[in-house]
Amino acid sequence: MVSALTREQHLELYYFMRLNRELEEQMVRLFRQNKIVGGLYSSLGQEAISVGAAYALGPGDWIAPMIRNIGALLVRGFKLRDILTQHMARYASPTMGKDGTSHFGDLKSRHVVSPISMLGDMIPVMTGIAMAGRYLGQKIVAMTWIGDGGTSTGVFHEGLNFAAVQKAPFVLIVENNGWAYSTPVERQSLLVDLADRARAYGIESAIVDGNDVVAVERATREAIAHARAGRGPVLIEAKTMRMRGHAQHDAAEYVSREMLALWKQCDPLDRYEKYLDEHMLWDAKTKKEIDARIAREIQADVEFAENSPFPPPELAERGVYCDGCHTIEAVWKRPREEVMPPQSSVKPEWPKARATKQSAARQTAAKKTAKPKPAKKSGTARRRGKSGRP
Amino acid sequence: MAETSYLEAVRQALFEEMDRDPAVVLLGEDVGVYGGAFKASVGLLGRFGWERVIDTPISESAIVGAAIGMSYAGLRPVAEMQFIDFIACCFNQITNVAAKSHYLWGAPAPMVLRGPCGGGVHGGPFHSANPEMYFVHTPGLKVVCPATPYDAKGLLKSAIRDNNPVLFFEHKFLYRRIREDLPKEDFTVPIGKAAVRREGRDLTIVSYAAMLHTSLEAAAQLEKEGIEAEVIDLRTLLPLDRETILASVRKTNKLLVVHEDTRTGGIAGEIAAIVTESAFEDLDGPIRRVTSLDTPVPYAPSLENYFLPSAAKVVAAARELAHY
Repeated sequence: MVSALTREQHLELYYFMRLNRELEEQMVRLFRQNKIVGGLYSSLGQEAISVGAAYALGPGDWIAPMIRNIGALLVRGFKLRDILTQHMARYASPTMGKDGTSHFGDLKSRHVVSPISMLGDMIPVMTGIAMAGRYLGQKIVAMTWIGDGGTSTGVFHEGLNFAAVQKAPFVLIVENNGWAYSTPVERQSLLVDLADRARAYGIESAIVDGNDVVAVERATREAIAHARAGRGPVLIEAKTMRMRGHAQHDAAEYVSREMLALWKQCDPLDRYEKYLDEHMLWDAKTKKEIDARIAREIQADVEFAENSPFPPPELAERGVYCDGCHTIEAVWKRPREEVMPPQSSVKPEWPKARATKQSAARQTAAKKTAKPKPAKKSGTARRRGKSGRP
Repeated sequence: MAETSYLEAVRQALFEEMDRDPAVVLLGEDVGVYGGAFKASVGLLGRFGWERVIDTPISESAIVGAAIGMSYAGLRPVAEMQFIDFIACCFNQITNVAAKSHYLWGAPAPMVLRGPCGGGVHGGPFHSANPEMYFVHTPGLKVVCPATPYDAKGLLKSAIRDNNPVLFFEHKFLYRRIREDLPKEDFTVPIGKAAVRREGRDLTIVSYAAMLHTSLEAAAQLEKEGIEAEVIDLRTLLPLDRETILASVRKTNKLLVVHEDTRTGGIAGEIAAIVTESAFEDLDGPIRRVTSLDTPVPYAPSLENYFLPSAAKVVAAARELAHY
């Protein structure tokens, strides 16, 4: 299928994916030099999911990236120095050294919520943002990522179910890389496709080859359109493979070398370069220019980060509370009168017709319980692409 | 007819804040059509509509998570726990998402999490808890425990207008038992300020929530014995009003802390530490505490009454301390 993206957009996707990879490779070098203060998590081989999904969003939309979504932070406009200083715990970092890794955000302009280390918690948080955006008339979509292991948490269920009943404009990318630390996905769930979890919440889902950036971008764009139109959340399962250990310290000896070798043949950057060649979207000169630009940018910001001081110790006791340092302001895109009495006033009863209809549906279902059938696969967003697994 | 119950004071605060500011929304289990398990939100759905009064699934983590997300987007959500005991289900959202976000990445989370706490109504071990100290131990939160209708209303308004996550513990024993004339005009009570409810010179009794009333009852009995107890209502546990406690102890030289929370790790321990650190020279006796037992809240009235502090227990401890 031909992508709807322009040549410039295609090149931008390459830029972000290559930048994502080169930046992380640079951070591995810094880690080995003991310049990364804490852990370092790799998204090697998963760049297409971070970049492709984030690229499909509009400027007013919101994300909460997870630990392997540095590419999404780059797409949302964070600078290399933000990511580098953050990992190196410098004062100039977005959290001033108070947190590391990709744990930072920006409420005001980039609409990025900082994640926490516990998995699944961003799902209800982003649902709340989606609901608030709808309430304020902003027509925004909120999105976050979760790994295969994260789908086992209770808050995954609570959050996605709440998003579903609220028909919240929310998109969830399940980044199925096969491994939750050392535990294979088969020990997380008996489902062959984690996308099937969506059925339990009555929402749409799609499966996408997570190593195909064009496919990820397209599937996410469709899901965003669906959610933005008020038709409810969408779950996209992006199938991929974690090509390194859980973090830098983990040699991942529990993963077979054969499997890694197979997946290496599906490397998302190699594949995308081939795609750009085949579609004649660039030439060797363009690639060279982009790669050179990336090398320059990384070098400049590594220098900046290395020359940045650590935070002053006494900063540790500052900033626990907002003592008026921030102004809380909702951005209204609809008349406030609509949500104020008398316009907001309703009859505080459950709609009778709806209740009757649901009750009838339950009765019909009860009569048909002899043989449970799988839910019908329908809807525009549900599409079974090739799995991407070799 | 003027007197307002504690429960009605809560309802009025919600009503008036939602009327004042369209950024205020309410979400929780059965808060809309039903008006809340204790009827604290009766009438709100009818007036403010489905978008602002949201009946949720039974998903405490999703309720609090969504409230946090709404607060990031500029709203001022009020989330209800049907019973505050259920707050255990959303501990991670409160302590790791809401409490840390301003410190870590400069994101204020102006939300209120409120619900009925406390025993004395034979609710049993899962409907009677006083879990405030889990959260007093969490920097970034504010923890408010009002004891009167005036404070319930004024502090809830302050909580909604605060830029930080505020846990608001409403004592269900007080909901319909105490009444007070409230001013007609808008008023707030500042978070972080204790109140001296009764002046005295012989000892200081520090308390909060339902135990304030138990302490005042004890103080009235002590007066008949010629013991003048000063009674302080903490009103807010985090941030704690150290100055008011210390000023009183410097005056009376003796301190008794009374709380309905269990003994080990209760606020009494923290207050004792503060007073010994900052007013050791002023003490003329050991710091005493009257608290619930270190057990779950038992169900049978005979057991629960034994478990809870009582005016008699406070009188006995205060008498001993006064004569120390």
